[in-house]
Amino acid sequence: MTLLSLHGIRKSFGAVDVLHGVDLSVAAGEVVGLVGDNGAGKSTLMKTITGIYRADSGSIEFDGKDILALDPGQRRQLGIEMIYQDLSLAKQQDVASNIFLGREPTKRLFGLFPGFVDKGEMDRQAAKMIERLGAHLPSINRSVGSFSGGQQQTVAIARALTFNPKLVIMDEPTAALAVREVQSVLDLIRRLKSEGIAVILISHRLNDVLSVTDRIVVLRHGRADADLATARTNMNEVVSRIVGGGDIAAAAAHEQRG
Amino acid sequence: MASETTQPGFWARVQRASVERLHIRLESLVVLLALSAAMALMSPYFLSLSNFLNILLATSTIGVLAIAATFVIGSGGLDLSLGSVMGLAGVMGAFVVVNLGWPTVFLVIACILAGGIAGHINGQLVTRAFVPAFIVTLGMLGLARGLALVISQGRAIYGLPPEIVYIGQGRPFGIPMPVIILVLTAIVAHAVLAYTRFGRHTLALGDSEGAARAAGIRVEHHRRIIYTLSGALAGLAGLLFTARVNAGDPTAGINYELTAITAAIIGGTNLFGGRASILGTMIGALIMGVLQNGLTLLAVQSYYQQMAIGAVLILAVFIDQYQVRKESRV
Repeated sequence: MTLLSLHGIRKSFGAVDVLHGVDLSVAAGEVVGLVGDNGAGKSTLMKTITGIYRADSGSIEFDGKDILALDPGQRRQLGIEMIYQDLSLAKQQDVASNIFLGREPTKRLFGLFPGFVDKGEMDRQAAKMIERLGAHLPSINRSVGSFSGGQQQTVAIARALTFNPKLVIMDEPTAALAVREVQSVLDLIRRLKSEGIAVILISHRLNDVLSVTDRIVVLRHGRADADLATARTNMNEVVSRIVGGGDIAAAAAHEQRG
Repeated sequence: MASETTQPGFWARVQRASVERLHIRLESLVVLLALSAAMALMSPYFLSLSNFLNILLATSTIGVLAIAATFVIGSGGLDLSLGSVMGLAGVMGAFVVVNLGWPTVFLVIACILAGGIAGHINGQLVTRAFVPAFIVTLGMLGLARGLALVISQGRAIYGLPPEIVYIGQGRPFGIPMPVIILVLTAIVAHAVLAYTRFGRHTLALGDSEGAARAAGIRVEHHRRIIYTLSGALAGLAGLLFTARVNAGDPTAGINYELTAITAAIIGGTNLFGGRASILGTMIGALIMGVLQNGLTLLAVQSYYQQMAIGAVLILAVFIDQYQVRKESRV
């Protein structure tokens, strides 16, 4: 069943055309790798899915609904979450505040005044989520900025998973992590897949992409240039599709070493 | 990292608990008590109920402006027009009642509405015209002051109705009305900033606009509300001042933004947004009030008081930035 389908997505910033009509579809529970050279438009494409950018033309359907006109908050409610490369955390706020930002549960103060944030409930659920991820944080009441990179990553992941998403987009989730942390992110992706959650993985680490995805889409010059089944492709083919001819053998050899 | 394995010291833990539970930076409370003790030692008049109420009364206008400054700075913005908008609001209020002969209640409405409109214009320009808040509100500082002088023809507007004078000079249960209004405003503002979604989104916005946007918060819309609120609070301050001096004074509030912003920063508001508390700001406003009151009791010329406030502002930001650099890893 198709969960997300994009057709002819175009996006330009002033005179710079970034996306020239991208087609992409993701099925429920499918893990799709999105690869491409720097400036191919990967992050821009993902931000048109989450609603941070509005596509100039084209159509986006999610779960059978046209979501082109919806803002980021409404798309999140439908079940689209993204873990940003820069994590997009509010560093002076604590763990629960970050996880629930924009979706805080509320209660009535003294049973009278509505609209007060239920901090106790937030803390409980945040602690539960962090525990489910098997992570250890010094304290969930501390500001996120005082945590290490991996710990901050955990908070960003917890934020994406707390509200039962249907699609999780990860932008370079392993770029800044230690080897052991990379493995736990890959394990997490497999677990999401087993729970029926679709994942779009953007990564420069092709080994990670090859090991965890069902399909690999290559973005090149603002177009979805290739759509490869992971089981029937290999490093050489992916690299050659990314660089698009030229010194393929050398580039592939380099990736194999790296 | 060493900071993970070693237990934080007692002082650090008390500091943290104070910030997390009471939203107060402990240092500001210590400064307030030390300053009060010093003043009490130097002046026999300082420690008396009437002087205490005097300090609160003198702090009421600045206190309301400081609440406005806390919201705006906490959201990552800046409002330099607070003092001028306060002056404009007071003049507008006095003008509609005295010169146009409208019913008394319109003085209150005109003050808050004039402030709110000026603030809303700030918000529109910041979010739609992409002029930096520093420039927009600096421009509004000139515009609002000029308009106040035009409307009043440069003279204070006298002859306010007695109900209004009661707002400024009345003392139910012996407590000055402006103090009561400040306390009520502060309680509501504290509840909003610390415990509602609006308040949390305000701080998240000041912390990281990108994170707030990604979380689905309507960033520009939120900013416009904040600037409008800031202007409306300046209007309330204008009402309090006008009622207290019994006139719509076009020169009211000159340099008040300096004191208000200083109070907010001393109270623990991060100059660049993301951290702010109304309780802290109230302590900051009291520090400014005690400082001015004490210097007056000690017969220090008011010119020096102005210098003291400026120096305190720079010192407070220095200490805050020093601590931020010490604490953060990035």
